[in-house]
Amino acid sequence: MTDTFLREALDAADTVSDRLGIGRREFLRLCAATAATLGLPAGAEAAIAKAVEKAKRPPVIWLHFQECTGCSESLLRAEHPTLEKLILDVISLDYHETLMAAAGHQAEAARKASMQANKGKYILVVEGAIPVRDGGIYCKVGGRKAIDLVRECAADAAAVIAIGSCASWGGMPSTDPNPTGSSSVGEVLGKAVVTIPGCPPNPYNFLATAVHFLTFGKLPEVDALGRPKFAYGRLVHENCERRAHFDAGRFAMEFGDTGHRQGYCLYKLGCKGPETYANCPTIGFGDVGEGNWPVGCGHPCIGCTEKGVAFTKPIHQVAVMKNVVPPLSFPRIVEDQGKTSFASAAALAAIAGAAAGAAAMLARNLGKSEAGRQDAQPPKGE
Amino acid sequence: MDRRNFLKASAAGGGLLAAGAGTPAHARGNREVPPEALGLLYDSTLCVGCKACVAACKQANGMPPEFSTEEHLWDTPLDISGRTLNVIKVYRSGSARNKDREQDGYAFIKKSCMHCVDPSCISACPVSAMQKDPRTGVVSYDKDACIGCRYCVAACPFGVPRFTFESATPQISKCQLCRHRWKDGGYAACAEVCPTGATLYGRLTDLKQEAARRLAAKPGAPMVYPRGRLGGPDQSYPGVSAAYVQHLYGEKEFGGTQMVMLAGVPFEKLGYPGLPPVSDASSSETLQHTLYGGLVMPVAFLGLLSWVARRNVKSADDEEDPHHG
Amino acid sequence: MAEHAAAPLGGRLLTPVTVLLGALAAVAGIILLFRFFHGLGAVTNLSDGYPWGIWIAYDVVVGSALACGGYAIALLVYIFNRGEYHPLVRPALLASLFGYTLAGASVIFDLGRWWNVWHIFWPGYAQPNSVMFEVAVCITAYIFVMWIEFSPVFLEKLGMKDARRKLSKVLFFFIALGVVLPSMHQSSLGSLLVIFGRQIHPLWQAGWLLPLLYLMTAVLLGFAVVIFEAAAASTGFRRSTETAILARLSGLMFWLLAAYLVVRVADLVLRGALGSAFAFSLEAVMFWLEMIAFALPLLLLGSRAARARPSRLFVSAVLLMAGGFLLRINGFLVGYQTGDGWHYFPALPELLVTIGLIAFEVLAYIVFVRRLPVLPRAAAAAR
Repeated sequence: MTDTFLREALDAADTVSDRLGIGRREFLRLCAATAATLGLPAGAEAAIAKAVEKAKRPPVIWLHFQECTGCSESLLRAEHPTLEKLILDVISLDYHETLMAAAGHQAEAARKASMQANKGKYILVVEGAIPVRDGGIYCKVGGRKAIDLVRECAADAAAVIAIGSCASWGGMPSTDPNPTGSSSVGEVLGKAVVTIPGCPPNPYNFLATAVHFLTFGKLPEVDALGRPKFAYGRLVHENCERRAHFDAGRFAMEFGDTGHRQGYCLYKLGCKGPETYANCPTIGFGDVGEGNWPVGCGHPCIGCTEKGVAFTKPIHQVAVMKNVVPPLSFPRIVEDQGKTSFASAAALAAIAGAAAGAAAMLARNLGKSEAGRQDAQPPKGE
Repeated sequence: MDRRNFLKASAAGGGLLAAGAGTPAHARGNREVPPEALGLLYDSTLCVGCKACVAACKQANGMPPEFSTEEHLWDTPLDISGRTLNVIKVYRSGSARNKDREQDGYAFIKKSCMHCVDPSCISACPVSAMQKDPRTGVVSYDKDACIGCRYCVAACPFGVPRFTFESATPQISKCQLCRHRWKDGGYAACAEVCPTGATLYGRLTDLKQEAARRLAAKPGAPMVYPRGRLGGPDQSYPGVSAAYVQHLYGEKEFGGTQMVMLAGVPFEKLGYPGLPPVSDASSSETLQHTLYGGLVMPVAFLGLLSWVARRNVKSADDEEDPHHG
Repeated sequence: MAEHAAAPLGGRLLTPVTVLLGALAAVAGIILLFRFFHGLGAVTNLSDGYPWGIWIAYDVVVGSALACGGYAIALLVYIFNRGEYHPLVRPALLASLFGYTLAGASVIFDLGRWWNVWHIFWPGYAQPNSVMFEVAVCITAYIFVMWIEFSPVFLEKLGMKDARRKLSKVLFFFIALGVVLPSMHQSSLGSLLVIFGRQIHPLWQAGWLLPLLYLMTAVLLGFAVVIFEAAAASTGFRRSTETAILARLSGLMFWLLAAYLVVRVADLVLRGALGSAFAFSLEAVMFWLEMIAFALPLLLLGSRAARARPSRLFVSAVLLMAGGFLLRINGFLVGYQTGDGWHYFPALPELLVTIGLIAFEVLAYIVFVRRLPVLPRAAAAAR
């Protein structure tokens, strides 16, 4: 069965390779990488390959509001393979202000047409926060307020994905005093959406989420903040390459000092790894190569995925240690210590018994000799 | 039998004993805090349980690792011991979800020498192997003087001096505030590496001031926490004030200690017993000095008994002499 | 007054009993050899929570108290001038001599850095504030004093009459010293616990009364041991019992015991510690065992007629020894707790060393009384 499945997958690979203009081998590598990012078991890459080939490319409508387009940029920089090809061919990107060729009314018409045609089937991706103060007048696209656009597009979407910290929880625009009332997609829609926070988020986290939807027909498991657990399940601190230095008490005290140059832990420089859930230490950042992520380069993590950390706490403020429960390896206040010995307890009991017996015998003999003396007999023994 | 003599002797002996047990003639109070007392301030609410201090302490004092797990992978001491001078222990209750909360919470606590102002170990040691520096107040140990009687181990109310029972040439192990690192400009390694300033090194007066500042702050209020050494290079960082138990442990306990502690959980829960303000050393020494101060009583007692014995030895032993003489 | 003179008992040294005792002592010797090469941890169950085990609590604290016979009798004969107890002096002194010498020796076995032991007596090291210092110095001095007190026995054996006479001129001083020193260190063995403060269970942390309690029980134990030894020797060596003297001695013991119990109970009540005796705990059980062991002799020896019965005397002596043993074991081990979670029970080798030491002591006692003039001549002649 596995053979058939594999063969089908390979056929699918051939088909898609033709479509994408990439090699079969390269395509399969992409599927494997995606499966790995999602934490799927071996063999899942075949399913993904099949899904990418067979499923009708899901239409995607991608909205931009209060943002810097960094999320899109980061997506464009992915190299395995060049993601713009994937975005254009794996999915059907029907509306994306930066990438689409159309402009003006033509672009808006395309969005409307796609929404009409794919009612209830398209994926809505939102990049950027949505201003809500003063009726949401601070961000308009094509003369329409962001708040209205997102509500309109979300109404008939199969799934809503908020990409980047701005869309996920407000991000940089929502920083105090937040003059425009920047809010997250979830807040505006009043319902839970899948969030891919990060500034920018790792493109593979978004890609893997989209492909998961493609492959399994549903979005991946998420945490209470709507973040896919495969990517945001663990603290940066837990998988950090500098963790051993933290445990050993080796800290960089300031930029450029001996410890910093030796690659010591950046906690004392304000690294927010201990309170930030993200998979940066495991998949790196973007597609720029091994070890290349902020902490890998020697800068403390700023906690860009975390509301209340990034853009809120000073970069060099020491992080709060987020432990769900204290680690088990700590000694308790009271530990069972010291030694006892059963053998000696038994020996001691035997000795005590023997001594008591001997004493009793002696007392009896003395009692007898008392009786003897009363009979005016000479003492025993002579 | 000389009844008068018997009565006289009993009365005199009884009088001496009564005088001894009754009045603390040479009462010695707790010792005073040395003028330039050094110490540590441990703040349980700042401790993140990274154990950097445990690792640094081992390294600074050249101590071997200690294993409490089946796989001997890394240093996992359960408590301070002959090979571990400093550990971080954890208190946990119920679901242990909230830091520094007594119910359903958890809290870290450091265990190492408290550097008592009036230490039991020094009073107990018969050979002056334990010493308190008259200036800094650091309680130090000299293994070349030590006879290994372990009276200090038994006497310490915090269970701090520990002994290497497994060695044929054993010795006492205890924190000496890294005094061997002073000459190179170093200080207590635990404080030096502490990432959050949970263990802070400095002069006791400064540490107490810092503790008072923290206790006075409103929980949740912004706070600047120093790190490393008070009075040293500024390594402070901004943080948020914690909800403390209003108790600076070591301020009064046992006549005071030079390691003082703050926590969000009552100290009894953290393995630090409530101790009276009078040190055991002062009780013990008052008793000893009352009985033996200047050897007055023993010598008087000896003189009296010699006088009595001289008369009685004659009467008892002279009868014996004819058989031999 | 002929029975005042002492004479060797004579008889064979090699008997099944002495062989057994010798074997036990040899086992202890082997274990101790091992201890000196591999450390205390290799043969004992000592830990940082229980840094003192039975080698201190039994061998030194109980052992020296059980060796107070010489002290108690010397106090009686020479200080209170009760010459009628004179026949008891030498055997009691001999037992004390061994008890103390071995207690002193066992300290060396227990000391981790034993090669430094001389520091206690060296001015640069000695630390007079330490109770341990006082105990160590007094016990050492007392051991020497006892050998001097006992030396007439050797001098008589060797026929050095001149030296014997000269010694007897100054012996009174050593006798006085032989009373002062044990008074000091037996009380101080109690004072050792003062610095432990709250680490000692309230039932035994009597504070400044500790020295008095330990001193009173040391004298009590001294009397009890004399009675015990007399009874044991009369059975073991098949000699007549010195019942008349012992009966009078037990009369003194009775009043001292009554006084002790008054002090002990009054202290517990005044400190409000008696409540913990009614808790369901090991400490409470051990406390009641201790109190029963002390209180029963008070009933057993209540009347003059009862005190004249050797079996009563013997049982009372054994009970008192048990009581004194329990008071010390309870104070130093059962009632000692440096923190939760610590356990201690002696290891088998640890126990064997203690047993071997006792065996060695008994063995040496047998050898001495058979070869040296220790036991009263009259009784020996009856053989």
